[in-house]
Formats: sequence, C-alpha cells, structure tokens
Amino acid sequence: MNEIWMQILVIVGVLLGTVTIAAGLIYVERKMLAVWQQRSGPNRVGPFGIFQVLADMVKIFFKEDWIPPFVDKKIFIIAPTIIMLSILMSFAIVPFAPGIVIADLNIGLLFFLAMSSLGAYTIVLAGWASNNKYSLLGGMRGAAQLISYEVFMGLSLMGVVIQVGSFNMTDIVNAQKGMWFVVPQFVGFVTFLIAGIAETHRLPFDLPESESELIAGFHSEYSGMKFGMFFVGEYLGITLVSCMITILFFGGWLGPSFLPPIVWFLIKMFAFILFFILLRASLARPRYDQLMGFGWKLLLPLTLLNVLITGAVVLSNA
Amino acid sequence: MTIIFYIAALVAFVSTVMVVTRKNAVHALLYLIVSLLAVSVIFFISGAPFVAALEVIVYAGAILVLFVFAIMMLNLGTDSEKEESKLLKPNAWIIPTIMSAILLAELGYVFFSYQGALGELRTIGPNEVSESLFGGYMLAVELTGILLMAGVVGAYHIGKEKKREYHRYLQTNENS
Repeated sequence: MNEIWMQILVIVGVLLGTVTIAAGLIYVERKMLAVWQQRSGPNRVGPFGIFQVLADMVKIFFKEDWIPPFVDKKIFIIAPTIIMLSILMSFAIVPFAPGIVIADLNIGLLFFLAMSSLGAYTIVLAGWASNNKYSLLGGMRGAAQLISYEVFMGLSLMGVVIQVGSFNMTDIVNAQKGMWFVVPQFVGFVTFLIAGIAETHRLPFDLPESESELIAGFHSEYSGMKFGMFFVGEYLGITLVSCMITILFFGGWLGPSFLPPIVWFLIKMFAFILFFILLRASLARPRYDQLMGFGWKLLLPLTLLNVLITGAVVLSNA
Repeated sequence: MTIIFYIAALVAFVSTVMVVTRKNAVHALLYLIVSLLAVSVIFFISGAPFVAALEVIVYAGAILVLFVFAIMMLNLGTDSEKEESKLLKPNAWIIPTIMSAILLAELGYVFFSYQGALGELRTIGPNEVSESLFGGYMLAVELTGILLMAGVVGAYHIGKEKKREYHRYLQTNENS
C-alpha cells in the first residue's frame, strides 16, 4: 500500500514539477534574453518582474478561444494536445534521482524516441487543419525537418547504448560512475544536441514557425489556451531534451556527495536550459535547404561513423 | 492484463473499421495511427516490448507522418470526398464481404480445431531480438537491406535534376 502511495506521489510530483518549470521558463527566457542583449526585459509586474508569468497566464486563459470557420474543427482542437501529451509521457522514463522515476522500463530510451516521433503530428496536423497557406507551408517544413532529424537523434544515442549494453535509463546513469559519456561519446553528444534543438523546433531551427516569412507558421490561426499549449509544449520540450542530455552524457544525478542527487540533476538540467536560451539570443536562422543539407550530408555520416567506431572499440575490448 | 488486451483489441478493431469508412483521407489516416498504437499496446503486454517500441517509432512516427505529408501536398478538397462516397455504395461491398466471410470462417475453424496448448508468455528483451536478427536471420536482414538500397537509388534517379540544355544563342551569350 505504501509503495502505491509513493508511486502516486512521484507521478504527481513529476507532473507538477515539469509543468511549473515549463511555465517559469517563460519569465526566465525573457529575462535572460534581455540580459544577453543588454535590455531590461520584463520589470513592471512585481519585483524584477517575477510575476510576469502570472500576468501572461491570466492573459492566455482569458483570451477569446476563437476557432475560425474555415478550419477542420476536430483536428484543429486535437492538434495542440498531442505535443503536451507526448512530451509529458516521455517524462515517465526520466530518472531524476535513484528511485524517483515513474516507469523504469527496460526499453526506456526507445520509449523516449517513440514519444518524440509522435510529437511530429502536432505540427503537421495543426498546419493542415488551419486551412491557411502559411500554416500549411509551416506544417510541411515541420514534417520534413522532424522526420529527418529523428534519424540522427536515434543514431546519435546508439553509441551510448552500445557502451552500456542496455536501453534502461537507470543503467545508463549507473554506467557513468567512472567517466561521464560526454568524453568518449563527444560526437554523439554534439549530434544529439543539434537534433534535440531541431526536434523542439527552437531557434536557430524554428523554420516551421519563422515569424518573419510565415507569420507564425503552423500556429498562425491559434489563439487563447490552444496557442498556450503550443507555447508550454515548446518549453516542456526544452526541459525534456535538457533532462535527456543530463542523463545520457553528463551522469544524471551523479556528483560529489555534499549535495543531494536531485539537486545535481536540477543544476545540470538548468545549465542546458540556459544554453538553449543563449542559442536563441545569439544565432541566426539558416535557409531551409541549408538545414536539410546540413542534416543529411554532415550529421548522418558523422553519426554512422560514431556508431561504427564505438562498436569496433567495444568489440576489441570485449 | 487480459482486460487491457481486450480494450486495446476493441480500439484497434473499431479504428480500423473507421479507416475504411471515412471519406476524408486525413481523418482515415488518423484512425490508422490510433489502430497502430493499439496494436503496439497488444505487443507490449504480450511480452514483446522491443517490437512495441519499434511499431510506434517506425510505423506511427515515421511512415504515417510521410503519408499525412503526401496527402497534405495533394490538398484534396470536397471533390475527392464526393468521389469517395461513390465508392462506399452498398454494391461495392458485396465481394469484399464474401471474401472476408470466407477468411473469418477459416479462422474460426482453425481456432476451434486447434489441439496443442499455447506456450507460456514470457518477455523477450532487445538483446534476444537482436541475437536472432543478426544470428539466425542474418541473410534475410541483409537481403532486406539490399532491397531498401535499391529503393534509395531509384528515388535518387527519379529525383535527380535534369541537365539543362540551352539554346545556342543563349550559350554564346553566356560565354561572351
């Protein structure tokens, strides 16, 4: 009985924690962008503007939830929920600390890849259901980009899997007690980072929504809380990719024992979230063919070579 | 577990029927995705988690996204829906119904005349799957790889840009 309560506590804690972090990132991102670009950022609501999140939330909840008459109504409503669902499902396999994990699956890493590949539907369906040429263009770009970068995302993780010999996330963290995988798997880390940015379609890879050419791409027609779901879904995606980088390449909760494991995990995770925001502040958006060419001509051979060499080294050591 | 199996089976059955009867192509594809997810749940609870994960990654996550992508590009409107409703007239259902009835009868016969006991269910992990893939079924895997390679080469050949030939006046202009 006690175990069941513990399990429920972990589930509720993870759900509330991740959604709160995702909402809080709205403020963090605006403030940090301002710092890096030498502006003030939000500073009107509360001390240092920390209640800006509340103001944004109140605005998003009370805005008119307008469904245009020309859209495909059912799909238009379903589309924003898919991204929230698929990303929150992925958090089920993330081990935050020893024992704090919802489902310690033996196919944990594959479950993460499966859920992130389902996330592609949100862009495709939102773009198609909006019945608007800019949205459709955004949806098509999104579909091509996400399918391409999923390939490298899966392949870049296979080096780690070969070294550990398991898809289980807890095993992966425990295998890094001697050395973090960022050292032997540096190529895997870099390609996973790039693929992760492309999967969450953040700048510099935000071609599906590029506001200067497609207005807002796949979510042009959305307003109110439906737009809010895309917004929070994007921040949840950043949090998830940061968690995965921490676990797969930077030793998860491992660290010197003067701080509890969960604190180490959160410190590493926030470092990567800030890195994502710094990228947005500093890089420009590439052209679409540059994005695809970069993926297929550079990243694919690189990840394949990484898998080949890792396999050879592991075999020769065995 | 049995009850989860029956729920997933029911979802798979209903959504597959919806795939056939929907007039809008995108709606039909969405039901197909639901059907694949339900089948993946069945794989998972009957002891094949690796196959379940691959079903979602490959079928639901990649192939059907490409399907939706292609149908988006075609931009089918109300005309195609009218054409679809012509296809769904009762007359068109006679032969498929007879065929399916024969299959169903056969399945029922096999099901009720089967004497041997079913083996115990056990979970088959990724290691065991890959051992048999790259052990006993090595040749089949290699042959499938060659087949896919042929597909890639064919796609490259079709998609290759034709070499542009300029009229001789334009050529001289370019050279000068």
